[in-house]
Amino acid sequence: MSKVEFNKETGPREVFCGLTSIVWLHRRMPDAFFLVVGSRTCAHLIQSAAGVMIFAEPRFGTAILEEKDLAGLADAHEELDRVVNDLIERRPEIKTLFLVGSCPSEVIKLDLATVAEKLNKRFLGQVRFVNYTGSGIETTFTQGEDGALKALIPLMESSDEEKLLLVGTLANNVEDRFKKIFRNLGILNIESFPPRQSTEIPKIGKNTKVLLTQPYLSDTARVLKHRGCEIISAPFPLGIEGSTEWFLAAAKAFKINELKVHEIISPLIDRAKLALESHKEILKGKRLFLLPESQLEISLARFLHNECEMDLIEVGTPYLNKDLMKEEINLLPDNTKIVEGQHVEKQLDRVRESNPDLVVCGMGLANPLEAEGISTKWSIEMVFSPIHGIDQAADLAGLFSKPLKRNKILTSKTLVTH
Amino acid sequence: MELTLWTYEGPPHVGAMRIASSMKDIHYVLHAPQGDTYADLLFTMIERRGQRPPVTYTTFQARDLGGDTAELVKKNIKEAVERFKPKTLLVGESCTAELIQDQPGALAKGMGFDMPIVNLELPAYSKKENWGASETFYQLTRTLLKEKVSYSEKISPLRWKEFGRRPKVNILGPSLLGFRCRDDVIEIQRILSEQGIDTNVVAPLGASPDDIERLINAEINVCLYPEIAEATCDWLKRNFGMEYTNTIPIGIKNTIEFINEVHKKLDLPLTNKKELENKSKLPWYSKSVDSNYLTGKRVFIFGDGTHAIAAAKIANEELGFEVVGLGTYSREMARQVRATAKDLNVEALITNNYLEVEDAMKKAAPELVLGTQMERHSAKRLGIPCSVISTPMHVQDVPARYSPQMGWEGANVIFDDWVHPLMMGLEEHLIDMFKHDFEFVDGHQSHLGHTATNSKDILNSDEKKEKNSKEGIIWTESGRAELTKVPFFVRSKVKTNTEKYAILRGIPEISDETLYDAKAYFS
Repeated sequence: MSKVEFNKETGPREVFCGLTSIVWLHRRMPDAFFLVVGSRTCAHLIQSAAGVMIFAEPRFGTAILEEKDLAGLADAHEELDRVVNDLIERRPEIKTLFLVGSCPSEVIKLDLATVAEKLNKRFLGQVRFVNYTGSGIETTFTQGEDGALKALIPLMESSDEEKLLLVGTLANNVEDRFKKIFRNLGILNIESFPPRQSTEIPKIGKNTKVLLTQPYLSDTARVLKHRGCEIISAPFPLGIEGSTEWFLAAAKAFKINELKVHEIISPLIDRAKLALESHKEILKGKRLFLLPESQLEISLARFLHNECEMDLIEVGTPYLNKDLMKEEINLLPDNTKIVEGQHVEKQLDRVRESNPDLVVCGMGLANPLEAEGISTKWSIEMVFSPIHGIDQAADLAGLFSKPLKRNKILTSKTLVTH
Repeated sequence: MELTLWTYEGPPHVGAMRIASSMKDIHYVLHAPQGDTYADLLFTMIERRGQRPPVTYTTFQARDLGGDTAELVKKNIKEAVERFKPKTLLVGESCTAELIQDQPGALAKGMGFDMPIVNLELPAYSKKENWGASETFYQLTRTLLKEKVSYSEKISPLRWKEFGRRPKVNILGPSLLGFRCRDDVIEIQRILSEQGIDTNVVAPLGASPDDIERLINAEINVCLYPEIAEATCDWLKRNFGMEYTNTIPIGIKNTIEFINEVHKKLDLPLTNKKELENKSKLPWYSKSVDSNYLTGKRVFIFGDGTHAIAAAKIANEELGFEVVGLGTYSREMARQVRATAKDLNVEALITNNYLEVEDAMKKAAPELVLGTQMERHSAKRLGIPCSVISTPMHVQDVPARYSPQMGWEGANVIFDDWVHPLMMGLEEHLIDMFKHDFEFVDGHQSHLGHTATNSKDILNSDEKKEKNSKEGIIWTESGRAELTKVPFFVRSKVKTNTEKYAILRGIPEISDETLYDAKAYFS
């Protein structure tokens, strides 16, 4: 392991909660509905984070708790029953309904697992109910997906068939690219989790080799391992380096010759390096500060340093699973400062002191930093854009070079710098 | 439990944040889990604010719940006070913290600070954003002024005469995330100044706690947005005798009435009465012959109480539209909206469910929708032009240009904003009329874009439905042909009415004649 500096910080945080992941999960599974059992705050959060006004009728909603639901839990269960009935009547095409716990439902100890169990019996053969929590007292942003996937694992039937299981939501086009490359490598049995249809849940067993596509799936990986799956240890497929290592690790697990991997992906690598050049020119030598939010920060830091030659000031992450991130951390330059957790005020003090060229942060902080003359990139864009794989490396770099490029355009008009 | 897919208003603590973020030298410690920090983006992204809202979130986690969350609250309060040095501290809780009952307000008061502390109790499971903003502004004002109640004389609106100076008023209610508040304030101050009236304090927008303490230096209060300021105005009236205005100066008539009301309260003679009619271009533009086609345009209105009521009055009395639907999501304003609706012979729609609003819109078959950003989307789907008149805020509702809703310039803005989409509506009508001509190029679209083809889609889908009409009614060739000649924006209404008429009369097949029979029957 490279000599990376680990730090922990506690204090006030500025991050999304796990409910936010519903925004991409519901798009991944068009036959699923996500029903948050929570407060008006939960409803307002999701619509604000997602800008959902574009939808006619979204496939997620909130059963908003009212005073009378708090008075007696028995009534709350009954009320939830009523809401679910109405919903299923209104949306008969729904095949899976996720009952998503929230901060208030956790605090009043609303037992959504039991509710889901009862509903499963009543709607047997029509709708399946799955329960997990996206509450902010337990989960940060992408951890919501970890919870949702973990909750689906008990529904996975057992099978000893040898297969590659890609775990973590990917953009459909990226997923198709990956599958094509794996097929070219000779891995023919490939499935994805979460699936594109909520009812088409992959079977798993001792010959299932799990390749994580996202770094935030700690719990899912742990439970899949319990079910006998092999978790392939690899960095994550962000950038050329990460993706190459990722393909190599998969090939190794399937006993495919390394040379074959290189043969298939080297044209892609050459192409991607070419595309990366113009972005690298902008990013080279620029100083980067990543605030914690998506758990993608470590992989992004690795890509932006190793392939785009940026200097890393601080790499924040809301949560660090050193075991899962082992391969990533090994690729980081020595003396990288990783900070797990957050004290937003102290961290912003460090941002100002270190005078970075670019800060990766949440939407709440971006404009205030811009107003102080610091260029920013919203972290939420990483989970909404197709950024995985060799072919997307330049696009990923583009997300970071664009704010710097823009900054240069806007200031060079008024400033003669030489 | 209420199923909500989308909500017009946020929770009440977001209302409190609107007050805190609008003001200077205030800090709000909010006992809340980390996810609640999303609310910052409402200010930094939608309003494009260059500062973070002055809010510290305690961001307690599940593991804190077993221990001492009260200690966590105190630690955050201490740090926030040391770091931000506010002149007044607001302390409250969001929905989840309300359940664990740490009473952060009481904790803060026990910490021995010198500054005033406002303990906000905003019931998250029964109230919403505007209520929260109103309550916060009221509690803040009360905290900062209550000690002056006992020795302050009742404030006479006429005392400026004794003081030998121009009369002074406060402008109360404008806040961040309020619809065009930034520009309304400038417009109203300008109008008052022209009348020889000075502005004492504008609050909460841009005010500090010191300014709140100065409120009683004015003679009367202008209650610009009752959703936010009425409770405060009421308290100032009860305790200091300060009169406040009831008229909201949106539209020409209301602006003139507002000026009259202020003059009357201050006993200030109005010298430029005749000039007032000509301060805005709206009256003449509306009277000009080009606007003849506006007569009787069917308009559907939905928004917050204040803007919906004002829009109904302008539509009806100043532009000559026909109001075919009126509603609000502001339950606090339901009574007033119902009264306005009754005057206009429509039934008021009071709801927080946007799908109900969309249904009502569809049924009313309007030619123009005046609504929130959500109605803009619904109207787009239905192919109806729309102008946005109310919150919830969208980044487009914070335009770079000066764009008030109130006063003379507000009336100009309203004329343009409401009539321009309608011009396009007229254009659509012409396209529809000429589409059977051989010169007509299929796919020709005006700047409403998709709606030109949309009118055809409706027709196509209608045709499919016609064959399988639920009631078993058959549309004959002639009936269908006649229906296509009806302008698209009333076509669905004509279709529904004709079918209703056919059922009523037991007519199994609808021909062109049935259409005319139905038209005569319903006219």
